[in-house]
Amino acid sequence: MTDMNATSLDVTRDHYLALTRQRRLYGGLMLLVFVLLLASGFGIANERNAGGFLPGLPQIFDFPAEVVQEAWEKRANMPDHLANAFPALIETINIAAIATLTGGFGAVVLSLLSTRGLAPWPRLIPVFRRIMDLMRAIPEIVTALVLIYVLGGGPVPAAIAIALHTIGALGKLFSEVNENADLKPLEGLASVGATWFQRMVLALLPQVAPNWFSYALLRFEINIRASAILGFVGAGGIGYELKNAISWGQGKFDEAAAVFILLFLSIVFFDQLSSVVRNHLTHGSKKGVSQ
Amino acid sequence: MTLAADSHTDLRDQAVKLIARKRLFSFALPAVILAYCTYIFFAFDILGLAERARWDNASKMISDAYSYKTVVERNNRRGGIAVSVEGERKGTYDATNYPEWVEVGDDTATIALEQGGSIVIDGDLVRFDVPGFGLIAATQTRTDGVTLNLDTNDLPDWINWSSARVSITTDVARLTLTKTRTEVFVYDYGWELFWFTLDSPYYDQSFAEIFFGPRIDPTRSNPVGAWQDFWNNGMWRHGDTAWALFETVLMAFLGTFGAAMIALPLAFLAARNFAPLLVVRMAARRVFDFLRGVDGLIWTILLSRAFGPGPMTGALAILLTDTGSFGKLFSEALENVDNKQIEGIQSTGAKPLQRYRFGVIPQIVPVLLSQVLYFLESNTRSATIIGAITGGGIGLLLTQAMNTHKDWEEVTYYIVLVVLLVMAMDSFSGWLRRKLIKGD
Repeated sequence: MTDMNATSLDVTRDHYLALTRQRRLYGGLMLLVFVLLLASGFGIANERNAGGFLPGLPQIFDFPAEVVQEAWEKRANMPDHLANAFPALIETINIAAIATLTGGFGAVVLSLLSTRGLAPWPRLIPVFRRIMDLMRAIPEIVTALVLIYVLGGGPVPAAIAIALHTIGALGKLFSEVNENADLKPLEGLASVGATWFQRMVLALLPQVAPNWFSYALLRFEINIRASAILGFVGAGGIGYELKNAISWGQGKFDEAAAVFILLFLSIVFFDQLSSVVRNHLTHGSKKGVSQ
Repeated sequence: MTLAADSHTDLRDQAVKLIARKRLFSFALPAVILAYCTYIFFAFDILGLAERARWDNASKMISDAYSYKTVVERNNRRGGIAVSVEGERKGTYDATNYPEWVEVGDDTATIALEQGGSIVIDGDLVRFDVPGFGLIAATQTRTDGVTLNLDTNDLPDWINWSSARVSITTDVARLTLTKTRTEVFVYDYGWELFWFTLDSPYYDQSFAEIFFGPRIDPTRSNPVGAWQDFWNNGMWRHGDTAWALFETVLMAFLGTFGAAMIALPLAFLAARNFAPLLVVRMAARRVFDFLRGVDGLIWTILLSRAFGPGPMTGALAILLTDTGSFGKLFSEALENVDNKQIEGIQSTGAKPLQRYRFGVIPQIVPVLLSQVLYFLESNTRSATIIGAITGGGIGLLLTQAMNTHKDWEEVTYYIVLVVLLVMAMDSFSGWLRRKLIKGD
């Protein structure tokens, strides 16, 4: 009896060890394939790049050094340059803000139309979902370039392009939030004869507003970066100033440095602001900001 | 008794105050938003936008996206007729394969139009028969310039005349005549020469003929030859486009996973429960903030100065920005790990590295993996944008095609490909996420 127990234990242990070895082998193989993919990928990318990685590596600090040096030599001009570039920064932030605002409203509408249990026309849910997928999939730069061709340069094409993308991106997140909302308040309101709009505003909005706001704030931060990039391809704002300052080349690098500083500081500022506010929203005010 | 009453009025006061605050808020918020929108309305000059907008550009772009034009052209200095798709050299017909609606003679061409009209080019004379309007005859001579058989003071708005140039635009065709050349643009639906260019023997052959019919090109078997001619199509450049798509995916892949591999060890330094030293923690966090704050745009500019344009530059720009993002996300995930599992491993006598490997990594891998895969999808989009700036991948092709302002069918083609690529990456990363996290 004890003999049999011991052998069955041995068998089990052998089996377990074999299984572990197999798992380890597969894991190792997967890791190896992954590393090979990564290495060969870098090889291909390096080959197709105009300048190679290794020859370029020593030069990586040349351009920053030139910019810093020139900015330092002409440091007396710096306040002027900062003041000159500031309106462009405001424009970039305005583009991001109005795009987040309008895109957020669009996302609220589309997310309500595409959430099961809330949608007024449940049959059309897949249609609205595909619309959101499409809006999310088109990169902002594509919409922006097409709109620049039609509407001319300036902040409006960029704002529309970012807003469209925001509708898609936020709409998906909002509808995930909506799905977790408690339906009982909605049913309660429905039982006293509230319209669809009243149910949404009075029963759903109080439940989901903090999460919506938190996602919208995160999106605002992302949109500031996007709006700076779109400026670079001709949509106005600080990206446009940056492009001009850089294409002038040496002699204007102090202006480029001013734009770099403004862009960096504003991105860091909004990044920190949104993370503080979102922490506040999700963890409550007492816990404070994690540092 | 009085105490209870006090607390009662207290509560009532509080409730009244709360409701008053909420009421204020619910009126103030829309007012603020409205005020901001008004400010934007004037700051962005929305009224001036209607004047600046070029709606003719929009209609040209849209019609060009789903139709193509064939150009019949006569050089008025030297004589001689050429017929080509989109006026491109690679799409020029030769005497063997003219479209059936055009008859080319010796310095003459007869074009039969849809809806019953026709255009005849006969040397320096052009006769345009417009159904429901009549015959328009235009000619050009060196001395008199361009002349018309109509009263030039009373022309319909689709005819545009000056002594140097006349242009007549109808729904199916457009004719322009100048001293140097006579051009007729004939519009038709579709993307002509999408599969094969005119010099390919497979042009105008049906699918069945290529795969099941007799051998068309004696030197190559049909499917191989057809594939080669499709891949090397000189007008649509399918091969180059596929490479560009691959480059874009490559940038996203290298950037995302490279960043994840660099950020993982650094995240331990920034997590409160793994880096007890405040200085180290703060330093690591500031590094992440810096990497994120400089942003992809600036990294792209800096790196393309050192490495030149191309996919490597794009991949490194994504890598640097995302190292910052991943560092922050990973360190937050690390701060939320359950200590009990680590203690359990420790109680068996595990060294610190083993504690991390068996106590921490299994807990955070699902979280990290799902974040990395989310980024992979969004970085495909970023790689398109960065490619447009650094000059690599599909982003470059897209901006090139857009900057010429004429090949909108190619722009449409690239946009469709980009959207399909992003959607494919979205579903691929979703599939991988489910497979790796839920399965196994």
